[in-house]
Amino acid sequence: MKKWTRRAFITTGVITGGALVLGVAIRPGNRARKVKDMIAGEGETVLNIWLKLAADNSITVIVPHAEMGQGTHTTLPMMLADEMDADWKTVKMLEAPGDKQYANYALARGFIMGEKDFPSILLGTIDGVFLTATKQMNLQITGGSASVRFTGMYAMRVAGAAARAVLLKAAAEKWEVAEEELEVKDSYISHKESDRTAPFADFVAQAAELSQPAKPRLKNADEFKIMGTSPPRFDIPAKVDGTASFGIDASLPNMKYAAIKASPVFGARLVPLPDDAIAEMPGVQKIVNLDNAVAVIADGYWLAKNALNKLDIAFEKTDNDTIGSEDIYGQYLQDMDKALAEGNEEKDIKKGNAGDALETAKEVIEAEYRVPYLAHATMEPMNCTAVVNNDGCQLWVGSQNPLGFAASVAEALELDTENVVVHNQYLGGGFGRRAMPDVAVQAALIAREVDYPVKLIWSREEDTRQDHYREANISRFKAALGENGKITAWNNQFLFKHDPEEAPHIPYDIGNQFIHYANSETHVPWGWWRSVDSSMHGFFTESFMDEMAYKANKDPYEFRRAHLTNAPRYLKVLEMAAEKANWGAALPENWGRGIAIHKSFDTIVAQVAEIEIIDGNLKVHRVVCAADPGYAFHEDGFRAQMESGIIYGLTAALYGEITIENGAVKQSNFHDYKMVRMNEAPVIESYIIKSDNWPGGAGEPSTPGIAPAVANAVFNASGIRIRELPIKNHNLSARSMKLG
Amino acid sequence: MKISVNKVVHEVDVDPATPILWVVREQLGLNGTKFGCGIGQCGACTVQLDGNAVRSCLTPIQQAVDKEITTIEGIAPSESELHLIQQAWIDEQVPQCGYCQSGQLMSAHALLTTNPNPSDEDIDLAMSGNICRCGMYSRVRKGIKRAAVAMNNSATTKIMNDEEMD
Repeated sequence: MKKWTRRAFITTGVITGGALVLGVAIRPGNRARKVKDMIAGEGETVLNIWLKLAADNSITVIVPHAEMGQGTHTTLPMMLADEMDADWKTVKMLEAPGDKQYANYALARGFIMGEKDFPSILLGTIDGVFLTATKQMNLQITGGSASVRFTGMYAMRVAGAAARAVLLKAAAEKWEVAEEELEVKDSYISHKESDRTAPFADFVAQAAELSQPAKPRLKNADEFKIMGTSPPRFDIPAKVDGTASFGIDASLPNMKYAAIKASPVFGARLVPLPDDAIAEMPGVQKIVNLDNAVAVIADGYWLAKNALNKLDIAFEKTDNDTIGSEDIYGQYLQDMDKALAEGNEEKDIKKGNAGDALETAKEVIEAEYRVPYLAHATMEPMNCTAVVNNDGCQLWVGSQNPLGFAASVAEALELDTENVVVHNQYLGGGFGRRAMPDVAVQAALIAREVDYPVKLIWSREEDTRQDHYREANISRFKAALGENGKITAWNNQFLFKHDPEEAPHIPYDIGNQFIHYANSETHVPWGWWRSVDSSMHGFFTESFMDEMAYKANKDPYEFRRAHLTNAPRYLKVLEMAAEKANWGAALPENWGRGIAIHKSFDTIVAQVAEIEIIDGNLKVHRVVCAADPGYAFHEDGFRAQMESGIIYGLTAALYGEITIENGAVKQSNFHDYKMVRMNEAPVIESYIIKSDNWPGGAGEPSTPGIAPAVANAVFNASGIRIRELPIKNHNLSARSMKLG
Repeated sequence: MKISVNKVVHEVDVDPATPILWVVREQLGLNGTKFGCGIGQCGACTVQLDGNAVRSCLTPIQQAVDKEITTIEGIAPSESELHLIQQAWIDEQVPQCGYCQSGQLMSAHALLTTNPNPSDEDIDLAMSGNICRCGMYSRVRKGIKRAAVAMNNSATTKIMNDEEMD
């Protein structure tokens, strides 16, 4: 392996064609030189791969993440600009090209290494290793609530501070004064004693000759000027006048449109259709047979869709043609029992001896919870525009993982990845779905058959039935209570484990814990779904915790508090939610209040839901949400994410259900896969606790807690315990005996 | 077939049964109007036909003959200005992914044109046909209320100016 030396990764500037590229510290190799042609315009200076400075002193921050409404195109530039002491009014944003130079090395490092503070000398080496690793993994992912936590903290802030440092040094040399006497404010450097002030742009040429520090000093929170505020998001103006360009809006000369139908039973092969199946259909150009799907190309999408509907499409039989959701649950239970009996399951947490504690307990409280499959249902159906010619393949698509898309398409077309270019567009919702490259591969395979660009659009039915689903799951609990009303043992068995790692873990002070899981193979494709495993475990653990509270004859809030004495950070969040929700205050008849707390992606969120059951119908009136993300870099953006995650999770809690019937998904569109709408949306209040812990995520952590908060509120109002989602399947008019 | 979109008359050569959605997007290049579900369930494709909010994914273009189609590109008073509703959407930072917002704005615009002071129930009724997967309903509501105030103030100013002219 090549050895990295300090000289190898601290490089100096290059001047080409009037524009100037400043050395890239923080990473080996002169990546600025490589990326200059991709991002720099006339007279612009690429300071490092994350920013460029124009002659008018304006700054453009290059963001390697997709914008899907989470605000990353604004928050990441804020982090860089603040460290640089830049004038926010002159800061612009450019999304990084889908190129390996922008692989998320910072993100990978964050995931693998956590927040360890590396010695300066190692930084280049470590980042070099991770850059290599991320390139090999083809990572340029937007997901895992990770943009701020990793790219922001490891790349943006460091890049901003490093740029500031070399500009200061250059100014000091040019003015022949001591660096310490200089001040930086709003993209200007000044020297008070000699009464001189000049813009950053004046020092760029000198700065280019200097090496950027690998580990510049970063600001403390009390020095932040831009971070922690809420400037208007860059992407919003284009989203109110119709000009924002989403994947579906890509438009190329001579472009035609394709509709597609893939096998409803996952994995079934298409019985190929003859070319003349579309004969005598005006405006319809071509039929394309793929392994498991058939596509029709026409002059317009409506023509393509109608032609597809007229075709007699058949798929080969498979072993999965008769499988239904109940069969899958049956298989799950078998596999869970078998894994337990044979002792070959995966152990997640083993603490104390839960087995012994349960054996000797006076009473063991047991419960089994279930959740169904869920589709993502992004507002913008999957789509991709592709052109394939001798130069390779170009794609216009909204992607959470452009490099991964390029790699998958390259593999399908047998091209080099370098010959596949992804032009990333705004994403009409991501939620994990747009990390999957399936639609891009289809579009490329279809476009390969013709000599014009093709825009492939999935119907909503296709989008619902060809998703990569949040899996259905079962979670079984056994627990016991001690004399003092505290839980003595907690045994939890479920299926599958993806991420986040902490999803099934509980913060509660319980000495004997055994958390374990089995695996069970199904033919239903799996995908990351907003908050991933936490989308289930929040419901499982916090509902069962509620059951234990009632069993102990304790108030559910006080019961949790009593188990959080060793977890002050959680306690603070829980207490804030309860206080703001006026926990304990009397409620009208048929109203209920429920509480839940869950940590995911390093952000702790507690929620209190206030509900009413009106003639058997559930109305969620109000949700109070308290969150500790460590620090919220864009406060309004963080609040917006809390609201968004709650509504997303509420839709799943109330209505979300994908059923498998005869091997295929039964639901098809918004009439049978319902969404929470304006008239059902609760009032949401969000409170942020800045605890100065390492920043947690924003996009996902509010989703897991809403289902248990609402389900616990239903119990509080009616005595009906919801052990299976969605709540719509429960009869809430049959009032059960209310406890307490 | 002659159709009028945002006060511009176009001649289009399409099957008269083609939904307005695909005509404005593919024939006229007006991409602000979005495809969401194709069955009138989500509201992403909302446009106005003579001022009434309609689902363009279900409405054949032939129904628009002799009527005025208004899309998101047609509500601002001029190219350099925004409509007060659009400005309210920026002020309240309403959109997230933004995909549903053209439809939300067209529904809100139709509501405020006929009802300058909508109650929460009026808003629920007018806006519940528009799904927002990012769940920005409370911000849409705030946006409508802010726009209502701005539009009423602007109308008052206009009346006062007109009276001064008299």
